[in-house]
Amino acid sequence: MEQIQILKEREKQIFEKKDGGAAFDISCETTSLSGSVSQRACVFCGSRVVLYPVADALHLVHGPIGCAAYTWDIRGSVSSGPELHRLSFSTDLQETDVIFGGEKKLYASLIELIEQYQPKAAFIYSTCIIGIIGDDIDAVCRKVAKETSIPVLPVHSEGFKGTKKDGYRAACISLMKLVGTAETNDISPYSINILGEFNLAGEAWIIREYYEKMGIQVVSTMTGDGRVDAVRKAHGATLNVVQCSGSMTSLAKDMEEKYAIPFIRVSYFGIEDMASALYDVAKHFPDRPDIMEKAREIVKSEVERLYPQLQKFKAALSGKKAAIYVGGAFKTFSLIKALRSLGMSVVLAGSQTGNSDDYGNLKEMCDEGTVIVDDSNPVELSKFILEKEADLLIGGVKERPIAFKLGVAFCDHNHERKIPLAGFIGMYNFALEVYQSVMSPVWQFAPRKGGLK
Amino acid sequence: MAVRSEKRGTEMKHAKTATQNACKLCNPLGACLAFRGIENCVPFLHGSQGCATYIRRYLISHYKEPIDIASSNFNEDTAVFGGSHNLKLGLQNVTQQYRPEVIGLATTCLSETIGDDVKGILREYKKEQMNGVPMPLMIHASTPSYQGSHIDGFHGAVRAAVETLAEQGTPQQLVNLFANMVSPADLRHLREIFDDFSLPCMMLPDYSKTLDGGPWAEYHRIPPGGTPASAISLSGSAIGSVEFTSTLADAKSPAAWLEEKFGVPRHQLPMPIGIRETDRFFGLLETISQKAQPEKYDDERRRLVDAYADGHKYVFDKKVIVYGEEDLVISMTAFLREIGMVPVLVASGGKSGLLKKKLQELVPDLEEAGIKVRDGVDFVDIEDEAKLLAPDFLIGNSKGYTMSRKNNIPLLRIGFPIHDRFGGQRLHHLGYRGTLELFDRIVNMVLQQRQDDSEIGYTYL
Repeated sequence: MEQIQILKEREKQIFEKKDGGAAFDISCETTSLSGSVSQRACVFCGSRVVLYPVADALHLVHGPIGCAAYTWDIRGSVSSGPELHRLSFSTDLQETDVIFGGEKKLYASLIELIEQYQPKAAFIYSTCIIGIIGDDIDAVCRKVAKETSIPVLPVHSEGFKGTKKDGYRAACISLMKLVGTAETNDISPYSINILGEFNLAGEAWIIREYYEKMGIQVVSTMTGDGRVDAVRKAHGATLNVVQCSGSMTSLAKDMEEKYAIPFIRVSYFGIEDMASALYDVAKHFPDRPDIMEKAREIVKSEVERLYPQLQKFKAALSGKKAAIYVGGAFKTFSLIKALRSLGMSVVLAGSQTGNSDDYGNLKEMCDEGTVIVDDSNPVELSKFILEKEADLLIGGVKERPIAFKLGVAFCDHNHERKIPLAGFIGMYNFALEVYQSVMSPVWQFAPRKGGLK
Repeated sequence: MAVRSEKRGTEMKHAKTATQNACKLCNPLGACLAFRGIENCVPFLHGSQGCATYIRRYLISHYKEPIDIASSNFNEDTAVFGGSHNLKLGLQNVTQQYRPEVIGLATTCLSETIGDDVKGILREYKKEQMNGVPMPLMIHASTPSYQGSHIDGFHGAVRAAVETLAEQGTPQQLVNLFANMVSPADLRHLREIFDDFSLPCMMLPDYSKTLDGGPWAEYHRIPPGGTPASAISLSGSAIGSVEFTSTLADAKSPAAWLEEKFGVPRHQLPMPIGIRETDRFFGLLETISQKAQPEKYDDERRRLVDAYADGHKYVFDKKVIVYGEEDLVISMTAFLREIGMVPVLVASGGKSGLLKKKLQELVPDLEEAGIKVRDGVDFVDIEDEAKLLAPDFLIGNSKGYTMSRKNNIPLLRIGFPIHDRFGGQRLHHLGYRGTLELFDRIVNMVLQQRQDDSEIGYTYL
């Protein structure tokens, strides 16, 4: 087979761990290379994913129709109440709006939509074109906020003004404007905010239940099953617990600075990290040993139940090789551990938005020969999947067809999944999904496996 | 869960200025889809990274195939100083990484608004790259997202391909087929029909393999299949162009351009859905090929007529709302009328200005039958209408599911996108065969509803 070439400018963003991994200097946190077919999206996407699950807010996309159409009901973020976030609103700018400005249309759209849906707040997303035609969306938002008496928050998410990470930041800035605007009298000192948990398939509920069982009050989840009022009083919590570090660490830092709320980074994927996420929170409340006691009880009972169930999967999957390419680098750490607990090894690990610390940690964790990639693309992913003979790819919708075309199993670990993969039950679901895909008899017909004919 | 405010009451109309739950997509998506149907072509969007990624994701969820779309990946400097540098670098990188024969370049709202002179940049690029390295052919379609919708991008890309590649030549026994935005299964069927008439056919685009292909023994930078550039260049010497559309303006039509430029006769006809419109299509093929319709299609037509007879009572007078691209809903309405169904609303997010006029041509009793026609609508408009019109069924793409579920009206999924059912790329809509498949599905939808609603649960229906 012909060798697949890597673009020269991309070489610095690819690293293969050899001889213990000396001289590690992966390039990251840069904008994507033109023409490289990055799997990333844009600034707008970053903002949209962070704020999307706030279910009682109006989310209005200011721009031509595409940005709103492609993010309509896109994620598996579920709500226990209102579902305004599942509708798609756009100012649907036309040529005349581009020429004469879209402020009037934005204003009219907002007034009408707020009247109709009575949201608790409104987020207004700037798209590329707004950054060019120069609509003053801040002014429109101020005016509408005054007239409607709800927070109307501009999100400066013009697609070209940075990377997806800048979009996370823009979303956090908007959330920060809400934090601190409500009373916190009813909040216990043993309380947390869950940050960077988007309630895909109800994952935030699973996590929340663990913490509540430990005797901890969860003030807000940001933004899974999110509510404007909960965000407004988030400053009353004692601790911020941050998952998906890429998206919401900046909010945690802002809250630490302004409200002196410390934060810890956690992950809810895999037995090891899930248990740590509970213990690390319990450790924060040393005057209440009962909280740690409860955490131990939860972990013990869950693991006792889960461990035997995983053995069947482990027996089947031992020795299989996995490739991981996901949005945030922190998730890859958990996935590597989770896959190892199933007897699998990782031959490729990468993310869209990791930073140099992340990749340094990743290198430490990885086995010899593992390839680490930042902001990769279909050509590279295919190359390493084939060269490293991966049996499984973990990624999102855009990565899925690459795996299936090449006859490789696939596990969706992105925002569109409908099965919870977080928590102890999530580890079971993860193992089951990996097992069902890797062990499927359909691969016997794949050319890679001989194809039978 | 109630999304709308309880206080509003039912009589209150929804907000009008904003578009809610759009019944259309943006211009560049259509261009990317069309470029996917050219052999060895990489679609390339001149704009932000997100456009390419969102469109890839959207298309992949329907076609379940790898769809690489390159991007010039604008940053702030690009937006201020122009996209020339990024575009050239991107073209270079795509050329190096994918080794395409063709790059299908479409613009976005961003590159159009800053006023990039893409044609000029391409000229410069070609000059600068004159170093012996074979350069891909460049097809450039202007697709600002603030104009029209995805269907405009689709036709725009097809026209750009023809304008770029078509050449004058000695007349060939060749027919150009511009089949519109139909499924890969439809394209395969059309190819088969032309083959059966022994008519060589330049079908553009042809994503029947690129978007519904087999597994790979080895990695393919670009999936196999598609219309070769060399075939497109012959389109100028074809004996005719067949174009399935009711609403495409001359200024946007590839067939119109070929007729004007090279005198290739243009045959414009509605998408062949239903017996009458398919008869019209086969009649045209008989004229062009000067051959009688192959017996196979007589049989297909007979089976369809027979099915109509067998199933007519189930569907008669059933009220439906049909929505989607204008050309699709026009032909669907013609078909639904010939089986006695009543499309109480024909709706499209598109806005050619011709929807009603063209429908009247195919469905003369439009007014008497009480068929309401609305263009430029979103799904909340359609839902408002559904509340008043109380249809038995909805027919359209899977984005109608939200209103289908909320209002408890069953949805028959056709067209694009189908994100919540399996095999959307393999649905047939065209010809006697496609019509029969649609008819079977419609009847079965009625039967299923009867069975579900019945207290008895008959096992014969």
